[in-house]
Amino acid sequence: MSSFNSRYHRQIILPEIGVSGQEKLDNAKVLVIGAGGLGCPILQYLTAAGIGSIGIIDFDVVESSNLHRQILYGASSLGINKAIAAKQRLTDLNSEVTITAYPEKLTTKNACSLFSKYDIIVDGSDNFSTRYLVNDACILMNKPLVYGAIFKFEGQVAVFNYKNGPTYRCLFPEPPKAGSVPSCSEIGVLGVLPGIIGSMQANEVLKIVLDLGDILNGKLLQFDCLTMQSSAFKIHRSELQISKTKALQNDFETMNYDTFCGIIQVVEIDAEAAFSKNNVQYIDVREPHEQPKIEDLAPIYIPLGKLLEEIQNISKEKETILFCQSGIRSKKAAELLLDNGFNNIAHIKGGAIALSEYQAVKEV
Amino acid sequence: MQLTIKYFGMLAEATSISEEQLQIDTCSVAELLISLKKQHPKLSNKDFKVAVNQELVAHDYAITTETEIALLPPFAGG
Repeated sequence: MSSFNSRYHRQIILPEIGVSGQEKLDNAKVLVIGAGGLGCPILQYLTAAGIGSIGIIDFDVVESSNLHRQILYGASSLGINKAIAAKQRLTDLNSEVTITAYPEKLTTKNACSLFSKYDIIVDGSDNFSTRYLVNDACILMNKPLVYGAIFKFEGQVAVFNYKNGPTYRCLFPEPPKAGSVPSCSEIGVLGVLPGIIGSMQANEVLKIVLDLGDILNGKLLQFDCLTMQSSAFKIHRSELQISKTKALQNDFETMNYDTFCGIIQVVEIDAEAAFSKNNVQYIDVREPHEQPKIEDLAPIYIPLGKLLEEIQNISKEKETILFCQSGIRSKKAAELLLDNGFNNIAHIKGGAIALSEYQAVKEV
Repeated sequence: MQLTIKYFGMLAEATSISEEQLQIDTCSVAELLISLKKQHPKLSNKDFKVAVNQELVAHDYAITTETEIALLPPFAGG
């Protein structure tokens, strides 16, 4: 195709790319999750290179504390949604690229239909719950994932779910304990670092589209911008992790990744607080034979193993307080309900034992 | 045998070093971690994966020769 103007001349004259390579770029569709520190350089280079169709999803607005590293934005973008502000700047950079802004949060409800419209997904998000959501949706929709993440002066880049390679869950099956890994807003970040890591992600996208070089397929590249050292670590594919994720297919839309990552914690109340509540529904999740019964609370009896089967008997409108014998099963039950769209959930610390002890003391 | 242990991200902060040498007998990754956590108690509550000679391994992997060990934490920032 000779209609490509002089814009792409310097990459077309590379024999490894040529006009046919430029056509591949023009036909490619890439979705970038997050238009922040990583998203900005990713979007800038992909747009400049002439990727035909680019999607940007971000619900956040531009703040002045973003400007030292989120290089698509300036003073005039403050307060504007990032996906929209990025689209404005990128359309000026290259109007030949079709750019779609999604000024919304990526959720289990919209992820799969959105991912189905693109060939490659690039993760520029800034939290674990989005990262696991993106990984799992990539597995379900069979899309390659170009991963990047940063911590202070260090960054990670990898390509997951590509040509039967490993996924993010093969590397980190479970998220770290909530609050144990601080974010850029808590501990700071050198502005250039996401520029370097995001550029590496854009580079991997171009290599995948152009079928060039060695892709970081199943390799975690670890980079330190203070020592300028980098190492790549080989990750093995875990069939167990992948099949566990594929099994989520039917439940994916109702999954709660914030609970999975421990961001929403189950509220724990003591026996005294449990008796002082009004207009709540109590659920005893013990087996029918377990004693003592706490009849004063007039609980609904649903054993933990039958909770999902009988979930329609629990009202979403009322506050729900769960208990078991000692407080272990009720916590699991609370997590199950949170995963299934319930919000106002607590469980009783110490369970029926604590409740009956409290009743005994009160009677004396 | 002599091992080189490399700490990345918040693990380098927890141990206050990015790299150290260790003389140790043949051991599994799990055994090595017990000894590292004894030496650096702040590692105990951290989540990370272990790579031996640039390859991620499970905790039952046996370390038998002079080797480079890397402790890799997850990053979330973007």
